[in-house]
Amino acid sequence: MIRTVTMALALAGLVSTAAVAQSGAGPTDPQIAHIAYTAGQIDIAAARQALAKSKNRQVRAFAQEMIRDHEAVNKQALALVGKLKVTPEANPTSAGLSKQGEQKLREMARLRGPAFDRAYAQNEVAYHKVVNGALSSTLIPQSDNAELKDLLQTGLRLFQEHQLHAEHLAQNLQGRRSKRK
Amino acid sequence: MAKYGKGRAAAALLTLSAALGTLSVANAAPARAAPKVHTIVMNKMAYGPSPTGLRAGDVILWVNKDMFRHTATARDKSFNVDLPAGKSARMIVKKAGLTNYYCIYHPGMKGQLAVAK
Repeated sequence: MIRTVTMALALAGLVSTAAVAQSGAGPTDPQIAHIAYTAGQIDIAAARQALAKSKNRQVRAFAQEMIRDHEAVNKQALALVGKLKVTPEANPTSAGLSKQGEQKLREMARLRGPAFDRAYAQNEVAYHKVVNGALSSTLIPQSDNAELKDLLQTGLRLFQEHQLHAEHLAQNLQGRRSKRK
Repeated sequence: MAKYGKGRAAAALLTLSAALGTLSVANAAPARAAPKVHTIVMNKMAYGPSPTGLRAGDVILWVNKDMFRHTATARDKSFNVDLPAGKSARMIVKKAGLTNYYCIYHPGMKGQLAVAK
């Protein structure tokens, strides 16, 4: 219950921070690039923590996939901003994302075993849902550069897959728990 | 005499079967067109269009132009091609009929091969 409330608060915080960036003229391309890159780095950090803590084969395979895919997108994003001679610009949304990401890592550090695995899978569902919402409602429509928009669209298709995969993982872990009861 | 007769009969049978073998090979060759190479590209989290006119014995060249690792995995487990980003691989199409395939890492990526005999 406490965990659910914490997650809901964290998500509400993330959404309201995103709303700040949406107010006014909306985020610029350098800000959007920074937000997308930061979102990827947060998920990579969460996956590294999962690899350090979890012994569950499915959880570890999922975490390895997250690292591989998000590193690939971020590498492409860096190559693109280099090509466009754009410097990603820190902004309240990316700062909010980083802060919440660090807070989540600290919370997760206290868990272990199946409790960690279940929380990781649930967080991954929630996190990808929020990032996908931000991508489709704000980041993609507000991006000006065609190549950046294209990369974000590929990113959205990828993260939607991750969300489905995380949902499947969470169900499997929950199923295992029910069977044990 | 009987022994000699058996020997001749066996030799005749061998010659006949060899001749039949040659005949069947000769008959099969013109009927079967040379195997073709068809390319299916993986890019931006999707498979390119499935090739038309695919026949058993043809080759599919899977090309992963995406930045992500993908697979082409048959639902019926008849093939599984696992490709890191930027790599490609050749696969001989063995089975005729319809085969659905997907990416095990990103199961929303789906495709279907339609293979004639």
